Amino acid sequence: MSSSPSADEIVADKFLEVRAKLLEIAAVLDRVDRTAGENGLDDAARQKRAALQAGIDIVASEGSDRAARLQMLYSREYQADWRETFGMTSS
Amino acid sequence: MDYIDPHIHMVSRTTDDYATLARMGCVAMSEPAFWAGYDRGSVDGFRDYFRQLTETEPARAAQYGIQHFTWLCINAKEAENVSLSRDVIAMIPEFLDCPNVLGIGEIGLNKNTKNEATVFVEHVDLAVKYDQSILIHTPHLEDKYQGTRMILDMLCDDSRVDPDRVLVDHVEEHTIKEVLDRGFWAGMTLYPVTKCTPQRAVDMIEMTGGERLLANSAGDWGPSKPTAVPDLIFEMRQRGLSESLIKKVVYDNPLEFFAKSKRFEFSPRQ
Repeated sequence: MSSSPSADEIVADKFLEVRAKLLEIAAVLDRVDRTAGENGLDDAARQKRAALQAGIDIVASEGSDRAARLQMLYSREYQADWRETFGMTSS
Repeated sequence: MDYIDPHIHMVSRTTDDYATLARMGCVAMSEPAFWAGYDRGSVDGFRDYFRQLTETEPARAAQYGIQHFTWLCINAKEAENVSLSRDVIAMIPEFLDCPNVLGIGEIGLNKNTKNEATVFVEHVDLAVKYDQSILIHTPHLEDKYQGTRMILDMLCDDSRVDPDRVLVDHVEEHTIKEVLDRGFWAGMTLYPVTKCTPQRAVDMIEMTGGERLLANSAGDWGPSKPTAVPDLIFEMRQRGLSESLIKKVVYDNPLEFFAKSKRFEFSPRQ
């Protein structure tokens, strides 16, 4: 059985794949900037663009839970009082 | 390696897919009831669908040496029609003694609405009354976290529910821990774009150890890959994970969970 790859091996093995994904993100953002008119983005697009930037900030941050934090960034906040909102009671 | 796909919608797939899955090592699968791509108009539409799931698909699978199991419900997308949902829930017991039925599913939430929650609770009540296991669909994208928490709230509210007989599907990095911590089984769906890749699924296996964890393709009529579980097996091997851990996730765990269904009978390949 082969052993689990080391961190060094993961970086070496995934470098081109991650590089390609980063280039794809950069190219999309360039395309947005290139095609945005003088007035820039409308409100909905500006919010989505800001959400992408917040995601990029998480990717660039330290820690071992970036994927989970990204998921939470793109999730609606949990409403603990949903039962009251729906008029449902716990049994 | 022999494997089991615990969530795949074969009514949407061709017979060629059965042949491919058999060649890739698939020996069993379970098919939850789901949305057909349109809202069905009557309880008889569901009755016909349940016949397809309990008669046609098992026969089609058997031609390729695959054992086919199923789960019955009206899905969350159609739960906005509460009246029709109640008619379907009342009809489901007609099929619960069919030999390939494992339980109630895939029930859950889609947009986290009151009607969806109402129909979910009534499905859970049906499952408890008929001593059935449960397979759960959790919402997509930004609705997943809230919907998963609501589902866990509703299940934990009902003291009759045994978490060990409930599989919560489509978990991702932000929902897997709470599902497992509350004692439920968790399913990872390997899906392009909206759920998780084999690589991220293996990350979650490495982080949790694979206990009470299953992986599925959820292959259906949309963009999906029915051979995604073999992709997961390949990724686990690439990372040097043990054959025993791979087998646990793709074979032993599904068998252990399915065996909690009273009608489950499985013949391993000799």
